[in-house]
Amino acid sequence: MPDRNDAIPDDHDPLRNIQPTDSDHLDYVGQQGMAVEQETLIEPDPVKREQARSLWGDAWRDLRRRPIFLISAVLILLLVLIAIFPGLFTSTDPRAADLTNNYLRRPDWSDFFGAGWFGYDGQGRSIYARVIYGARASITVGICVTLAVTLLGGLAGMTAGYFGGWIDAVISRITDIFFGIPLLLGALVLLNAFATRNVWSVVIALAFLGWTQLARVMRGSVITVKQSDYVVAGRALGAGTGRLMFRHILPNAIAPVIVVATIALGGYITAEATLSFLGIGLQDPTISWGVDISSAQKVIRQAPFALFFPAAALSITVLAFIMLGDAVRDALDPKLR
Amino acid sequence: MTIDGATPLGATTPEEVAFAQEVPRGEPILEVRKLVKHFPLTKGILFKKQVGAVKAVDGVSFDLMQGETLGIVGESGCGKSTLAKVLMNLEPATSGSVKYKGEEISKLTGSALKAVRRNIQMVFQDPYTSLNPRMTVGDIIGEPFEIHPEVAPKGDRRKAVQDLLDVVGLNPEYINRYPHQFSGGQRQRIGIARGLALKPEIIICDEPVSALDVSVQAQVINLLEKLQGEFNLSYMFIAHDLSIVRHISDRVGVMYLGRMVEIGSDLEIYDHATHPYTQALLSAVPVPDPTARESRDRIVLVGDVPSPANPPSGCRFRTRCWKAQEKCEREDPALTVRDWLEGRARHDSACHFAAERENG
Repeated sequence: MPDRNDAIPDDHDPLRNIQPTDSDHLDYVGQQGMAVEQETLIEPDPVKREQARSLWGDAWRDLRRRPIFLISAVLILLLVLIAIFPGLFTSTDPRAADLTNNYLRRPDWSDFFGAGWFGYDGQGRSIYARVIYGARASITVGICVTLAVTLLGGLAGMTAGYFGGWIDAVISRITDIFFGIPLLLGALVLLNAFATRNVWSVVIALAFLGWTQLARVMRGSVITVKQSDYVVAGRALGAGTGRLMFRHILPNAIAPVIVVATIALGGYITAEATLSFLGIGLQDPTISWGVDISSAQKVIRQAPFALFFPAAALSITVLAFIMLGDAVRDALDPKLR
Repeated sequence: MTIDGATPLGATTPEEVAFAQEVPRGEPILEVRKLVKHFPLTKGILFKKQVGAVKAVDGVSFDLMQGETLGIVGESGCGKSTLAKVLMNLEPATSGSVKYKGEEISKLTGSALKAVRRNIQMVFQDPYTSLNPRMTVGDIIGEPFEIHPEVAPKGDRRKAVQDLLDVVGLNPEYINRYPHQFSGGQRQRIGIARGLALKPEIIICDEPVSALDVSVQAQVINLLEKLQGEFNLSYMFIAHDLSIVRHISDRVGVMYLGRMVEIGSDLEIYDHATHPYTQALLSAVPVPDPTARESRDRIVLVGDVPSPANPPSGCRFRTRCWKAQEKCEREDPALTVRDWLEGRARHDSACHFAAERENG
């Protein structure tokens, strides 16, 4: 390449002044290579040297310091443990009814973790044992519905957002139609069509109606990420649709979906309890908090405790999941740190 | 002797194949003819009707020579970046042709397009958004090898990535770091390394230094020049900073409202501009020396750039040009050499009244 300083003919030529005068900083000509080496590289702490950080790593570090996260995480771990191994927490059979002695007997506070701790319900069954065993239905419904809507909604939103055009138009209109159906009313109608109603029919009904929210979040997130330069750079390298979607777009678009899903989980547990309360979700002999709340409402004057304990368990569970979702949302948003 | 050894073209590695079709220096490697990119403007919600088009690039022709740097300058919105995207096949061209070594590439799709992408790569403007924040530097620079596995065998990839980091002046040990652990200049080096990975012949730089500090700009520019010599690269260098373009370019093209208004060697453009727009653009360059600043004659253009959806008839610059006459409204000036020009002023200029400025 010719030396361009020679090419400038006249000292008084104003255009010559286009060349920067502060030669210490901007003398491009003749110092090639030297200036390159002058750049100071950010040398990290030798101890932390190989500790690569990512958004998720930072989020985890941030989460561990949040009391809300710690409280909700401990609660959720406990609830999951109860759901998987209810026998560890009570030795009483939740279906054992003793109508002669225990009918609506009041809580016996001295009977720690025993059958009579929370009292007995209208059929003389231990409320404590039923609260423990009822966790499984609620947690199963909550987690399974959340997984199903994340997959379904995520896939629909990703397809709509990535391809755009008429595919987006079709998927978005379908989403709008489903969005217009009220969750509870739709589930009432759907569950009526099922011959047998168990945990899985409730999961299917709620997932079928609940995916729209996540599809919308995912679509918006994918559209934002799709336009970023690193996706364009991937296309310029010749990357195919699969690589662009799953290596570039998905990891950068998933954060808001996870947050919304975590918060929605509490809502699905409530929806299951509501459906059971209305007599259309789970039914006796399935043990669930919603079923127990429903049967306790008939005796609320004589035995308010029969309503209180399953309702409290439900509230604590929903609160734990919503708090977790909140904490995760804050941790994933660097601006809120 | 094996059959392989007996073949006249014993080229086995991609590099040797590339050498076999080497274009000599000074020959056009990329020929762009009447390239047009219109973005349709639509009306209606259900039944969309095209009511017009934003003429982002409207009939641009130029050649990029082997081993040269072609600078493209122009103000914001004149179509520089769209031109780069169309050349990269990131946006489909509305019409016109782009030939790489004589082969039409603007309408390629699928594997043929993927093969051409190996030879034309891009460096992006913003080093903060052009690197995937969830991928390590090793993954980012190694991705070209995953997409084009024939360039580097699987076992050699880590080594190849470290070599590239070394070439662009970064510590090869940084391979497991994430982009946010680097400064802007270092990130742009990562972007350059990614562009170099496939050993391309052409690199389109879309304002590669405008997001960087002035001192870091110099380092990146020097790196680009060093790499040009090492790898025999041809650059198309898009920028709005005239001094950087003057420094790095062999030839310069000036764009206005989707058209190339003047093109020539850096000396011809910077010291012997004949198009009024180029003259106005150059007169607006900041001058650090106060005495020189007083003595020079600034051209202040009146009005705004017309809308690219509805450009003026004839010459597009006529609405802001002090030389404009009735002919300019009627006739679209061609980008050619005018008969009456002499010396260095004899270069392509799209003005009916092309002439050098009298007081320089």
